[in-house]
Amino acid sequence: MADEMIVATKLDLKGLVCPIPIVKISQAVKTVNIGDVIEAYATDPGVLGDIPAWCKTSGNELVTMERIDKGFRFLVRRLK
Amino acid sequence: MESTNGTTIILMSGDMDKVMAAFNIAVGAAAMGKETVMFFTFWGIKAIQKGNLTGRSLFARMMGLLNRGGINRIGPSQFNFWGMGRWMFKQMMKSHKIISLDDLRKTALELGVKLLPCQMSMEVMEIRKEDLIEGAGEPCGVATMLELSDRSKQTLFI
Repeated sequence: MADEMIVATKLDLKGLVCPIPIVKISQAVKTVNIGDVIEAYATDPGVLGDIPAWCKTSGNELVTMERIDKGFRFLVRRLK
Repeated sequence: MESTNGTTIILMSGDMDKVMAAFNIAVGAAAMGKETVMFFTFWGIKAIQKGNLTGRSLFARMMGLLNRGGINRIGPSQFNFWGMGRWMFKQMMKSHKIISLDDLRKTALELGVKLLPCQMSMEVMEIRKEDLIEGAGEPCGVATMLELSDRSKQTLFI
């Protein structure tokens, strides 16, 4: 999509471990509009696998997942 | 019968490690949008007991005393050493900032996971509905469990 991305919410998941990051993201996704993006920061390496799996099962889109200093940053778009 | 993308978990064990795994999976499944139901049978019932003493007959009272329920009382299946292991595990979980079993169960309830106790086990061990935590559902039998399991996509026995 060429249109600009609206980051609706920022989520701080630093220090949280499985299964809490996906709990938080599943709760956060309900608070934003369809099409909106959530930006999240985490430190648990488990999110590398868990967030894509969560997106696939829950029917949402993982826009990016990147390693940053001491952790991970990812963007999730609500699709439904 | 409408099938769902749900998850059914049967928890037979009352060991801390297995209870933790069961709640972890349940919370994860609920977060993924799956309709999640947990059945607590036999020792598993300890995970949804308030923790008070139970039983009326001699044997049931003995069991209620020596095998007391409550999610904070249960020990791991290995390395328990009469409660030392349980304490040690709790410290280790805390130092790694892992959510406590109690909070994990609360999270499960918040996410709408159904916690159903097995009627028969409650009867045998003389555990009353009042001995269970507030979020526990109505006690039910094997047919209820099988029906819900049939409808869901995955069933786990722990």
